[in-house]
Amino acid sequence: MSGVLDIAIGHRFGPDGPALDVAFTAPPGVTALFGRSGAGKTSIVRAVAGLLKPDVARIVVGERVLCDSTKGLWVPVHRRRTGYVFQEPRLFPHRDVLGNILYGAPGRSLSQDDEAIVDMLGLRDLLRRNPATLSGGEAQRVAIARALVSRPDMLLMDEPLASLDSTRKAQILPYLERLRAEARVPILYVSHDISEVARLADTLVVLDRGTSMAAGPAVDLLADPALARHIGALNTGAVLSARLSRADAGDGLSEIDLNGVRMLVPQVAARPGAALRLRIPATDVMLAATRPEGLSALNVLPVRIVAVEDGRGPGVMVQLELADTTEGPVRLLSRITRRSARALDIRAGASAFAILKTVSVAPAAIGGAVLTPSGAPLSADGTVP
Amino acid sequence: MGWLGPEEWQAVLLSLRVSLVATLVALPLGLAVAWALARGRFRGHALLSALVHTPLVLPPVVTGYLLLLAFNPSAPLGAMMESLGLPLAFRWTGAALAAAVMAFPLMVRPIRLAFENVDPALEETAGTLGASRLRVFLTVTLPLSRTGIIAGVVLAFAKAMGEFGATITFVANIPGETRTVPSAIYAFLQVPGGDAAAWRLVLVALVLSLGAVVVSELLTRRAAR
Repeated sequence: MSGVLDIAIGHRFGPDGPALDVAFTAPPGVTALFGRSGAGKTSIVRAVAGLLKPDVARIVVGERVLCDSTKGLWVPVHRRRTGYVFQEPRLFPHRDVLGNILYGAPGRSLSQDDEAIVDMLGLRDLLRRNPATLSGGEAQRVAIARALVSRPDMLLMDEPLASLDSTRKAQILPYLERLRAEARVPILYVSHDISEVARLADTLVVLDRGTSMAAGPAVDLLADPALARHIGALNTGAVLSARLSRADAGDGLSEIDLNGVRMLVPQVAARPGAALRLRIPATDVMLAATRPEGLSALNVLPVRIVAVEDGRGPGVMVQLELADTTEGPVRLLSRITRRSARALDIRAGASAFAILKTVSVAPAAIGGAVLTPSGAPLSADGTVP
Repeated sequence: MGWLGPEEWQAVLLSLRVSLVATLVALPLGLAVAWALARGRFRGHALLSALVHTPLVLPPVVTGYLLLLAFNPSAPLGAMMESLGLPLAFRWTGAALAAAVMAFPLMVRPIRLAFENVDPALEETAGTLGASRLRVFLTVTLPLSRTGIIAGVVLAFAKAMGEFGATITFVANIPGETRTVPSAIYAFLQVPGGDAAAWRLVLVALVLSLGAVVVSELLTRRAAR
């Protein structure tokens, strides 16, 4: 059932239209397609679903070839077994919620697996409701359940949160995190919101004007200073995996462990040992040549400079590695001005101190599929002030 | 309805039968043509649209005459129908055909509009959920167009009930066979003292037509909500 999704697409929209030329592999887990609007994200997903027929393409999921233009092979939309979640819920107005959920499973009632999906998405009390009476967030959850119940070989999510306001987004994100933890199929997730990507993606494909600029593990790419140009300096930031070491470190703080380095963050509602995903925007990391004294910031960490990437404008992107890690390396990004970089003599190989204000870890930036031993979902950002 | 005479009663029953058969026969073709006009992109789209609407603007007597030319027993088409055991000329079945042709544009129009109003995104979504094109049509397009389809059926039925010109040209005015309500009214008005019978049928026609239009209007409003 689970499989790797292999994608190679070449297409031109009209004789003078934009071109799309991408090739990448989406391993199991969430692969985020990230880029500005017009970068070709949706076209890729539509081609995978069979809703867009590219000029040349080869798309394979696991062992199944969905299309191969060299062999003239084209599996029609309804035989592809893709669970497609669109930007809008697109619920069938003439069916109730249950009727919508079961559309992709004709002739059967909710199986045990389906019941689990209904519960995971919190739809138990909505089954007999008319779609018109649902809120935007509820409707989108129904759309996700409908896609899952059709037992797809892959899940395609085209900005499923884009039509929701930030409150509803925050409500639905924990469900997506559970999905990421429990779905056994590859998930293609289109987004232009880097915080969403940072929170959900295992693999990242950065797209710009129809070509893929980079593809690889999200943690590596988001910390790659060379990609800052495509992601946008303000969007760039390292995504780190951490463990909760002390839930209550006093003064409303929690202590987390980054491969042996301790850091203080706003209190996290999870048990010690829980896995956390943490995003630290490059603009929130300052650098000092010597250990600063009398500073209000709580986290001052010795680092080694890995690379300095000159960008357009006044800024440079500095890649850092925490110096005191006991396990694998932990890399951060810091955006500072070119003038500061010169003044502090910031260059590859040098040692420095990274200064992170504790409050710079925004609520939405702490995430991760956190499951309690009982299996009940626990949103890591639930109680952050 | 004891106040209707046997001849009038016969005309009413015949009209109902002719109109019902005409509507039922036209419906599958009407759905197909409405679908083609709403969603199809093909050569001859405009021609098909024009052809469907022709009976609306052509003098009914011309339509009836063309039908007679095509389906009289010595014409190839007429002979074929005869050998199939379905003679049309001067039969009630011919009256049904004439009524179906005349009612066809009125049936297609609301159905086509209803199809056009179905969000293609929903059909697309159904496809990604594993539904074949036929299943998409049956489970998404049709149910979402139902009010338009019912409106088209009601309008077509009402038009068939009132059809006169093409019917009388194609199948004449034979009591018990092709004398529908309008033909009967016409016949009663031709004989002295037939006014009373004609008036009773006029009343029947008024009630049926008004009823159909009201039903159609109610359905359209419900669809608009």
